[in-house]
Amino acid sequence: MLSRTADNLFWIARYMERAETMARLLEVGARISLLPSVHGYRSEWDSLLQASGTADGFDRKYAEPVARNIESYLFFDHDNPSSVASCLRQARENGRIVRTALTTQVWDALNTAFQELKQLERQPRSELELTQLTDWVTRHAAMVRGSIGATLLRNDGYDFLNLGYCLERADATARLLDVKYYVLLPRVEFVGSGLDNYQWMTLLRALSLHRAFHWTYAGEITARKIADFLILNPQSPRSLVTSVEGINHALHRLGRAYGRETVAQVRGRQLNDMLERVTVEDIFDEGMHEFLTRFIGDVATLGYHVWESYLTGDVR
Amino acid sequence: MILTVEHVTRYSYDRPVRGLVQSHRMTPASHDGQRVIGWQVEVSDGLAGGSFRDGAGDHVASWSVIGPVSHIDVTVRGEVETRDTGGILRGHRELVSPQCYLQATALTHPDDALLALAEEARAVPEVLDAAHLLCERVAKAILWTPGVTQSQTTAAEAMSQAQGVCQDHAHAIIAAARAAEMPARYVSGYMLAGERQDAAHAWAEIHVPGLGWVGFDAANGCCPDERYIRIASGLDAQDAAPIRGWARGDGKERLEVAVAVQTVEQ
Amino acid sequence: MAMQGKAVRVTTYFNEMFQDGEVRIPYSRLEGWTKRMPDALRHMKQAEAEALFRRIGITFAVYGEGGDPDRLIPFDMFPRVFTAAEWARLERGIKQRARALNAFLVDVYGRGEIVRAGRIPAHLVYRNAAFEKSVVGFVPPKGVYSHIVGIDLVRTGADEFFVLEDNCRTPSGVSYMLENREIMMRMFPDLFRENRIEPVDNYPLLLRRTLASVAPAKCKGDPTIVILTPGHFNSAYYEHSFLADLMGVELVEGQDLFVEGEYVWMRTTEGPKRVDVIYRRIDDAYIDPLCFRPDSMLGVPGLMDVYRSGGVNICSCPGAGVADDKAVYTFVPEMIRFYLGEEPILNNVPTWQCAKEDDRKYVLENLKDLVVKEVHGSGGYGMLVGPKSTRDQIERFHARISEDPGNYIAQPTLALSTTPTFVDEGIAPRHVDLRPYCLVGERVELVPGGLTRVALTEGSLVVNSSQGGGVKDTWVLAE
Repeated sequence: MLSRTADNLFWIARYMERAETMARLLEVGARISLLPSVHGYRSEWDSLLQASGTADGFDRKYAEPVARNIESYLFFDHDNPSSVASCLRQARENGRIVRTALTTQVWDALNTAFQELKQLERQPRSELELTQLTDWVTRHAAMVRGSIGATLLRNDGYDFLNLGYCLERADATARLLDVKYYVLLPRVEFVGSGLDNYQWMTLLRALSLHRAFHWTYAGEITARKIADFLILNPQSPRSLVTSVEGINHALHRLGRAYGRETVAQVRGRQLNDMLERVTVEDIFDEGMHEFLTRFIGDVATLGYHVWESYLTGDVR
Repeated sequence: MILTVEHVTRYSYDRPVRGLVQSHRMTPASHDGQRVIGWQVEVSDGLAGGSFRDGAGDHVASWSVIGPVSHIDVTVRGEVETRDTGGILRGHRELVSPQCYLQATALTHPDDALLALAEEARAVPEVLDAAHLLCERVAKAILWTPGVTQSQTTAAEAMSQAQGVCQDHAHAIIAAARAAEMPARYVSGYMLAGERQDAAHAWAEIHVPGLGWVGFDAANGCCPDERYIRIASGLDAQDAAPIRGWARGDGKERLEVAVAVQTVEQ
Repeated sequence: MAMQGKAVRVTTYFNEMFQDGEVRIPYSRLEGWTKRMPDALRHMKQAEAEALFRRIGITFAVYGEGGDPDRLIPFDMFPRVFTAAEWARLERGIKQRARALNAFLVDVYGRGEIVRAGRIPAHLVYRNAAFEKSVVGFVPPKGVYSHIVGIDLVRTGADEFFVLEDNCRTPSGVSYMLENREIMMRMFPDLFRENRIEPVDNYPLLLRRTLASVAPAKCKGDPTIVILTPGHFNSAYYEHSFLADLMGVELVEGQDLFVEGEYVWMRTTEGPKRVDVIYRRIDDAYIDPLCFRPDSMLGVPGLMDVYRSGGVNICSCPGAGVADDKAVYTFVPEMIRFYLGEEPILNNVPTWQCAKEDDRKYVLENLKDLVVKEVHGSGGYGMLVGPKSTRDQIERFHARISEDPGNYIAQPTLALSTTPTFVDEGIAPRHVDLRPYCLVGERVELVPGGLTRVALTEGSLVVNSSQGGGVKDTWVLAE
């Protein structure tokens, strides 16, 4: 297929997943801010902005990181390229460009989200509850994802969509974990405290994973269990290992379909091997933040190789 | 006279480019005033593409270079036997109607000074005389001075600066001739250098009913003779450019040119 | 019925459904259809049609107007109908014209016999802005320059048709012809059982066959065809993507193609793939920055060299526009006689060239009765409809014509036929034109139908979609 078409498909998926991550981040923030504060209100929201990589842009535009401003910035602001609204628009525009590579159902799902977004944007903000908004995003993200799974031809285009989803999700889960572990709770004396537990629960809830967690791990919530669940457990739909498996599955299919392997396949397998070898103990020995930072870097490199191997148009 | 040409154009990029495409008008066509004995164009690391003779009778050749590449050399080597036809282009196979050469371009858009020149030319009953008049007037109006004008300088700008090089002379003649409803075109080529001219040269051709295209070189105040090799023509310098190129990448381009035209003792 | 009342009032226009109080034969089965459709049902159907259009994404952005890029062209459900006999004549006339226009292009880019013979003034051809010096001397595959010829027709009587203009470059709108039919068949299947209507849905197949038939000689085997679009911001992007989809070919932008060696290639995830035929939907000036506008980012550098050396075909060929220029238009009947040795089947609208002194004098004296057009204008802009204009507008045009007469032509105000159209109050006659799409390759083909544009405003004669026009399904009945 045209490299540009593959690129558009790849980005439909990345933007849809990113929109969902933004919504989930907002929810984490909102819930945490309901707690009696230990660091003061400001630092919690601040850390969210840091985690989403949008702090600089926010500071340029708003003085106060109060909930209202942050919600506007992360959800509706067109100046923020990672806001939910920007992501949904971009996903839909990429879809419009490659309309013929999508089924009517997939296009419908993308287009409906966009049309409803336009209506939401016209509604007074006072009428919109944050939880409604995040529900709305996850619902539409699921509809797009579902229509892709249910109706799309399993050709290379399908693989590029999945590559986009899995790469973005690997990055997002790592970042969410990192916010919680490193940014929200920098002081070691809070580890294992009641506050710590509450924050972990919030994170799991925001990922819609709290019930799955309890099914998998009975008893107390501990940092180790969470790390295992979100990093190493292949049953967990958002764990790093699940995302990397998805990446490798898509890369493997592409390599087979095109009859040749690229650096991307090699790098993908390396990442997978690393996750299969590593234990929770190793991660805590290295330091969670250090581990996650390294992982986020590896995922970015892999993304670069996918681009270089398939999307630049200079493939020989 | 037998003339040999060696012409090297070097393109350098401060960062490697991913690929490169060029369209060349660098090979002369034989006509009564010139017979091509041998002619070769080479592009370093280049892949020769399609080539053809266009409607104006010029040889066009396409080249591409697969990157990454930091510099390329375009090398022209050739030998041509020339003779003086009094500037008249005869025996040149072409199909484009002279009327196509009446439209002004950005580089040849006439200002008041050029329109005044055109008025003068209009008053001359014979087209050939009018053409000679334009050539003389432009030679006087624009003093040959290298370094004051650039490739994007328009005819009008050169007239108001009263200084320029062969390209400016040619543009000024063309602009005034067209304004006087005389078809005129830009010709690129080579010239056996006198003490002051570059060997890569340019002049104008004006279409004279009954005679066809006649060359006028205001820079040297004459019509092209056996010292000239005619390569390609166009509406202006841009349209007749020997090399038009495009590079994929954001490397900054630098250009160096070396030209030598010599006579072979017979 | 509301329709008859209006029809009687506007007596000077040919009404395609009613004549002397009787329903004309092609429309005979539609009278019952409208009677069976109460207003409520009609509104429901209209809403359904609109929802369908919006869902499939067929929208039209008006160039330069800004506003909603997702605006729909209004669709009128009342079909426009031709009998087999009416169409047979139109078809012969359209094909004849398409052949002559192509013969003209091959000639003027060759020896220019028609100019030498004095049948058309040299300056109209060679000094024409659309004349492309760089393709002189080149004969494209099968001697075809314009592969899709859109011919705009108007009707003024039972047997009176006029050609309003020719479109030899990249006529747009064919997706509406196809979608209008698709939607009518979905909403009113009964109509298609009652009437025997010639299908149009093989158009993409024919277009593909036409393009394949003009593959360059260097192409062996099944040619790779692409559609070249300026990009997704273009107002006709939907059409480009729609046609690519139905033809099963890639929709590419300039950046997706590159020149290497003797060929043009497209950038794919598996490496370069050779391209043989480019159906371009971008203007000449943007095709190749090495040959035309050097600042163009839309085209493919080096493309023209590959084209001229026979490595790829470009449809329509650069330079084809010289045949559909409004000043050249006047000479199309002359082309038909000169190249085909036939008499024109379809007539031109009588046209005054403001460049000619006598014509100009007449035009300036009769502006209030004439339609004045810019020679190079399109889309209904820069146009004066005398009888519908204010004195002020007429005076402004008077000044503009006097200043630059060569840029204007004038034609009598034609009594455009009307067809019944659904309006707020019910059904009323509205003026229409017709654009059929003639395909020229190894063979000359025409699907039975075209795009009927309708001026939705009462009394308006301007049918351009950019000026508030709508579209209709166009039927040709089987014998």
